[in-house]
Amino acid sequence: MANQRRPHDMGGAEAGPVEQTEHAPESWEKTVDTILRLVSDKKRRIMTVDELRRGIEDLGPGAYDELNYYERWIASITSNLIAKGVITVEELGAKMEEVEKSWAEKA
Amino acid sequence: MSDHTHDHGDHHPPHPMQPDLEDTPLTYHQSMTLAVVELLIEKNVISADEVRAMHEVIDATSPALGAKLVARAWSDAEFKKRLLKSVNDAAAEFGVDAGPVPIRAMENTTGVHNVIVCTLCSCYPKYLLGLPPDWYKSRAYRSRVVREPRAVLAEFGTQLPGDVDLVVHDSTADFRYMVLPLRPAGTDGLGEEELAAIVTRDCMIGVTCPKAPGSE
Amino acid sequence: MSQPQFQTSERVRVRQWEPPGHIRTPSFIRGHTGIVQQIAGQFRNPEELAYGRKDARLLTLYRVAFAHDDLWPESPPGEQHAVIVDIYENWLEPAERKS
Repeated sequence: MANQRRPHDMGGAEAGPVEQTEHAPESWEKTVDTILRLVSDKKRRIMTVDELRRGIEDLGPGAYDELNYYERWIASITSNLIAKGVITVEELGAKMEEVEKSWAEKA
Repeated sequence: MSDHTHDHGDHHPPHPMQPDLEDTPLTYHQSMTLAVVELLIEKNVISADEVRAMHEVIDATSPALGAKLVARAWSDAEFKKRLLKSVNDAAAEFGVDAGPVPIRAMENTTGVHNVIVCTLCSCYPKYLLGLPPDWYKSRAYRSRVVREPRAVLAEFGTQLPGDVDLVVHDSTADFRYMVLPLRPAGTDGLGEEELAAIVTRDCMIGVTCPKAPGSE
Repeated sequence: MSQPQFQTSERVRVRQWEPPGHIRTPSFIRGHTGIVQQIAGQFRNPEELAYGRKDARLLTLYRVAFAHDDLWPESPPGEQHAVIVDIYENWLEPAERKS
């Protein structure tokens, strides 16, 4: 049977040396982690880590190489929150404009 | 990046969720992150205090917590039994909350060496050890360590004797794994704090082994 | 709570199939035979949880050990090791049954 291996399912694949890179987590990355921990906690149960993973896998084959780790996370979290009606696309678009504008003003 | 970025003592950004990137343009996904967190706060789904508190939890979580448990297990056989049963329960004895996901410790012995990976995503006992290093999440590590772990360990400078059985644990489900490393020779006189100091994050992932002080 | 279908030390085969969607059984073990190391408990099926099903059914989770030589028989000698993977019961079948 043809093996329809999806891009995230990489165990055993050919790959180069392990580049032992690391960086101190940036604040926005910790914020992404924070959002998931809070919306998936016992108090809220808005989404599960399984839904996070499904959303990342559904970003498509390019996502693993084009987006970094927490970029994939926030893309999936956001998509899940919209699908569940917690936020809307319109609210998100307006808020992103607001965030970008206030960022530019401070710079 | 500005030189005051990591000084949290006297510099409080006006907003707790802002990246430490005040002099760089906001990327698309950073903007999305800030927008989502602000929307969730406005809608009272989460509170700004909860966000701040969780950032503090993340900042306070580091491999040092795991190292303490390992050092205690090396010094106290009864504690080791409890650690091998449930890392979360053992951590609670230190007043440490190891998070909502059960963590299990895999014990290295003179005959068995364990290595941890998550080939499907990047599952890691982050509630105990902090966020994983980039290489743990990399395509190279996740692809290769299940197929050629000895070659991967060699890249980390770890050469295992040929008669040691190597076991790779792929965290695909509801458990997270850490390695309980083998206590190295030459550490008999050391106290728990000195022992904890030789237990690194990479030892608890299994790509390296602890070394007695001065044995490099 | 359903009884586990497999016992510790039993030989099991991972189903060789490729349904679309979210799956927590890695490709590299599908169709391969391993030995149950431990019955790890019962957990809600991640393949249902991933789509927002809060009522996902409970499945027995097993820790199954695979030998390197079985997974990659074409590899040159030198890598002798085991890989232990956590697998839900719906992905396992008795090793004797032909897939």
